[in-house]
Amino acid sequence: MLTLQYIPYHEFANLEIDEKLKRILKSVREDKIILIEGRLAPAEESELIKRTMQQIDRKFKGIEIASVDYELKNATIGDTIKRNIAHMLLRKRPGITIVGPATIIKEIRKDPKKIELLTMDKKKK
Amino acid sequence: MIKRVGSFFRGFFNIFVKRKNVRLGIYGPPNAGKSSLANKISKDWIGDEMSSVSNIPHETREIVVKEKIIVRSKGKELSFNLIDTPGIATKIDYEDFLKFKLSAKLAKERAKEATKGVIEAIKWLDNMDCVLVVLDSTQNPYSQVNITIIGNLAARNIPVMIVANKTDLKKSDVKRVESAFPQYPTVGISVEKGKNIEEFYEQLFKLLKK
Repeated sequence: MLTLQYIPYHEFANLEIDEKLKRILKSVREDKIILIEGRLAPAEESELIKRTMQQIDRKFKGIEIASVDYELKNATIGDTIKRNIAHMLLRKRPGITIVGPATIIKEIRKDPKKIELLTMDKKKK
Repeated sequence: MIKRVGSFFRGFFNIFVKRKNVRLGIYGPPNAGKSSLANKISKDWIGDEMSSVSNIPHETREIVVKEKIIVRSKGKELSFNLIDTPGIATKIDYEDFLKFKLSAKLAKERAKEATKGVIEAIKWLDNMDCVLVVLDSTQNPYSQVNITIIGNLAARNIPVMIVANKTDLKKSDVKRVESAFPQYPTVGISVEKGKNIEEFYEQLFKLLKK
């Protein structure tokens, strides 16, 4: 059975990087797939990869991660500026992030605005 | 005031050091052809190779540095240190190496070293003056590893050039790579077949001058 855990933006936004990554890796190591509202900052993503590598062992093979941004359809330059200012003031990184264990997620296929999540065959796990 | 004077002199010193000793990093996911490209550059300009290459992923598991490579273009020359880095990945499973007929012991050792290599490659991001991001042009460029590497370089204001390798293969799609990262110059090459290397060196020269 797959467990999908949703983390809303307000629960995650004010956490320190250390807390965020601990929470992500704890859930992933419990074989949960987590869906985070918003995107991680580049420094958070690279730190997540580093910590994942430090934790790889017989059972834990790493993570699959993907994030998707969204853009307003037919947005004018004014709309884009307004959106960026609003996100800057709220310190918000729009979009969604999916993270899961590599032993469960075989592949995350991603296009700019679409994510396809392929899971492992049970036999191969 | 003292802080400002200090930072001015640090900045001035950094500019001086940068001109003397530019560090050009090669980054990308495993098996994109980073070490093959490093060897090509090293062989073309100083006559010898710098890294071992293999079709088994994570062949480069330590940072390899080749100092004082001098490239020439249109009567001008630029010197740099070339830094080949291990491929960055989010997962490493020793069983994947067994498919390449490695023994279980060697596969486990390789996996352990590969995890350390990924960590080192990420740590070295702070040491780079400019970076070539080498991608396999037959693969989907929108992978999170690619986005994380490029996002981190952008956050550090490090000049980047995308090298879309393996253009000799049927599935190669350089335009898709270009459209994934339109803010950066992209050059399609085949290191193995020596395709479009002149254009690559012209673009490299421009990158090094930044």
